[in-house]
Amino acid sequence: MSSQARTYFDEMHSGPAGVRDLYANYANWLRNVPAAQLESKRQEAELLFRRVGITFNVYGENAGTERLIPFDVIPRLLAAKEWDVLSKGAIQRVRALNMFLHDIYHDREIIKAGLVSENILTHSQYRPEMFDVDVPGGIYAHIAGIDIVRTGENQFYVLEDNLRTPSGVSYMLEDRKMMMRLFPELFRRYSIAPVEHYPQVLKNNLRAVAQSGVKDPTVVLLTPGAYNSAYFEHAFLAQQMGVELVEGQDLFVRGNAVYMRTTEGPKRVDVIYRRLDDEYIDPLAFNPDSMLGVPGLFSVYRNGGVTLANAVGTGVADDKSTYIRVPDMIKFYLGETPILSNVPTYELSKKDDLAYVLDNLPELVVKEVQGSGGYGMLVGPTASKQEITDFRDRILADPSNYIAQPTLALSTCPTLVEQGIAPRHVDLRPFVLSGETVTLVPGALCRVAMREGSLVVNSSQGGGTKDTWVLQEKSPQEVSEIETALKDEVAVC
Amino acid sequence: MLSRTANHLYWMARYIERAENMARILDVTSNMALVPNAALSEAALWQPALEISGNAEAFQERFSDFTASNVIHFLAMDPENPSSIYSALHSARENARAVRVAMTSETWENINALWLEFSQFDGKDLAVDGLREFCDWVKARSHLFRGVSFGTMLRDDAFQFLRLGTFIERADNTARLLDVKYHLLLPKEEEVGGGVDYYEWSAVLRSVSAFQAYQKVFNDTIQPWRVAELLVLRKDMPRSLHACFTEITAILENLTTGRHVECRRIAGEINASLQYGRMDHIFQNGLHEFLTEFIECNNQLGAEIQNSFLNIHAA
Repeated sequence: MSSQARTYFDEMHSGPAGVRDLYANYANWLRNVPAAQLESKRQEAELLFRRVGITFNVYGENAGTERLIPFDVIPRLLAAKEWDVLSKGAIQRVRALNMFLHDIYHDREIIKAGLVSENILTHSQYRPEMFDVDVPGGIYAHIAGIDIVRTGENQFYVLEDNLRTPSGVSYMLEDRKMMMRLFPELFRRYSIAPVEHYPQVLKNNLRAVAQSGVKDPTVVLLTPGAYNSAYFEHAFLAQQMGVELVEGQDLFVRGNAVYMRTTEGPKRVDVIYRRLDDEYIDPLAFNPDSMLGVPGLFSVYRNGGVTLANAVGTGVADDKSTYIRVPDMIKFYLGETPILSNVPTYELSKKDDLAYVLDNLPELVVKEVQGSGGYGMLVGPTASKQEITDFRDRILADPSNYIAQPTLALSTCPTLVEQGIAPRHVDLRPFVLSGETVTLVPGALCRVAMREGSLVVNSSQGGGTKDTWVLQEKSPQEVSEIETALKDEVAVC
Repeated sequence: MLSRTANHLYWMARYIERAENMARILDVTSNMALVPNAALSEAALWQPALEISGNAEAFQERFSDFTASNVIHFLAMDPENPSSIYSALHSARENARAVRVAMTSETWENINALWLEFSQFDGKDLAVDGLREFCDWVKARSHLFRGVSFGTMLRDDAFQFLRLGTFIERADNTARLLDVKYHLLLPKEEEVGGGVDYYEWSAVLRSVSAFQAYQKVFNDTIQPWRVAELLVLRKDMPRSLHACFTEITAILENLTTGRHVECRRIAGEINASLQYGRMDHIFQNGLHEFLTEFIECNNQLGAEIQNSFLNIHAA
């Protein structure tokens, strides 16, 4: 285990025996909970998740295989002031990215200013069809998932921005519900910021981006169907928002409008929260083989007959080659200093960077510029010699398709695994919602690499999830009152 | 509501009802096997179960003997038989999964739990152990499904389509059961009402939970024509054809207020024949003919419902 030689920031412990102030209460509680009880809580959670059907399908396995994402019963804690920085930083990023998207599909000022190369206009995710199309409110990324990692007390980095159809928010909400069910006493002891209003905020935002003049807009959620890996989330969000969950076959285009087929005839649709990539939304405009989309949808969209969230063409901004420019965008569009830092990134299209990376592969993480979900990446420190050799060939075949970053010393959080409680690497994905305002609920999806030493947290690669608690301060007096009350309760039992 | 959603709900309910009816047939058949009866061979005992479900041909393509073990496996657990209990429950769950949003979470979780629990019977040879337990389980889960949907769902169109599926399927099953049994149980040369075996008729009644009802309603020894009357014309007998159509016509009226829809006319016509029909007339023209026509009309109604509401291609 070469990675064990490095030291990692431990979210709970400040040293072999020390516990950080933030976790002091929780660590006390945890010490007094027998391991067997924690394990039985974990099993209870698994049973409940299975019964509710909170499962995901893994591509490449037998069709219809449904797996649970491992859920860890130990939460990740964030202090209110830490959250404050993260949320402001994430909001700032998304504001700049939305302005960038508007710009790149209109006047292209940022290219004229020389900050972004005009190569971007030939990028595979750039949609020339979107040029000069005005989207309501100028919002492109209505829902953005910002992946953040931590390497030290005050060192947070943005790993990537997800602006297409980011998923995982249902786990943020279901993990919270589960924790409240399993450990109600902890929720009394701590003041944990609530996240349950996320679907309501999302729905309000979606209604707000309907074309002007629509009085009571009809919002639907467009899913690829029950066999999609994130189908549970689609169903969950539709249910929580109280909107129809539709498939492409349920919608059709007539004139400059989109309708859904109902038992009482066609019904007009105003806003589509689509969980389908650009390529699949309309076989007439994009991939002609797509059975999932709606023929003619894109032309209605361009003519303002329906709103899509996220907008078409956001992929050009969440690509790893654009990621590098986000700090510049923040300065350019907002005139602000970036609150959150990028991870230092090598662009393999540049000669010097390529040479450096090829010499240092065992220390680096190499990613495909347009890859996602942890597929097609090399994690140098944990890769075998053979894997590194193979990957070197792939890079040389098409260097500009890759970027590289130093292997980040991702922070760890105590996690319940087979051997007991042990540190595992974590990341954080808060979801930024843009409508009339740009907001996020105080919480996030926390992903955890369940395998010892692993730095890959993606659920498709065996990663699990944790509930994330943003703690609101309680005065020492409040804490002692609660402690007393809890003791009395125990005595009564 | 979305046509596709309505379609999934309708079929989900149909499949659960189908599984329950199949369990009922298997249950009473295996019970009859316990009654000493020299006249019936193993094949003669089990073959009707296949005929009721319209599966005899498919069975013979795969199996040579009508043994209890073969028939039970084929009708209960065989994934390759699209009308087995396994397949029906699997389809019910797949339909539910596709529209889990359209029902209450309790209803969805109930169906999901049903499917998860099914695995406990996986790989068991039901002919040897536990057919009774299995059938009880299927029936109990079906009861639970109806209870939880009835007890928690908003009385909107989603609920109506779900109930519609239940009653269309149930009417079909009751008619088939009665048709097959009536033929088999009446010796060819005998008049209706001749000497038939008490146990077999009581089994028919039990298969639709009507044994006690019969005693209450008729207060008489079991007579075949009265069994038929109970299962065809009695409105107060929940699995009778008339009871099913009372529900179906009411549901269709709810769904189509103010609209002329062909399926509503068909349902009304069938309902009238059950409401105003007389058992002696039905017997005069032949019960078998009556039931055959009923099954056909019921199918036609199903197709028309599909046309009016569920076919997503009709924009």
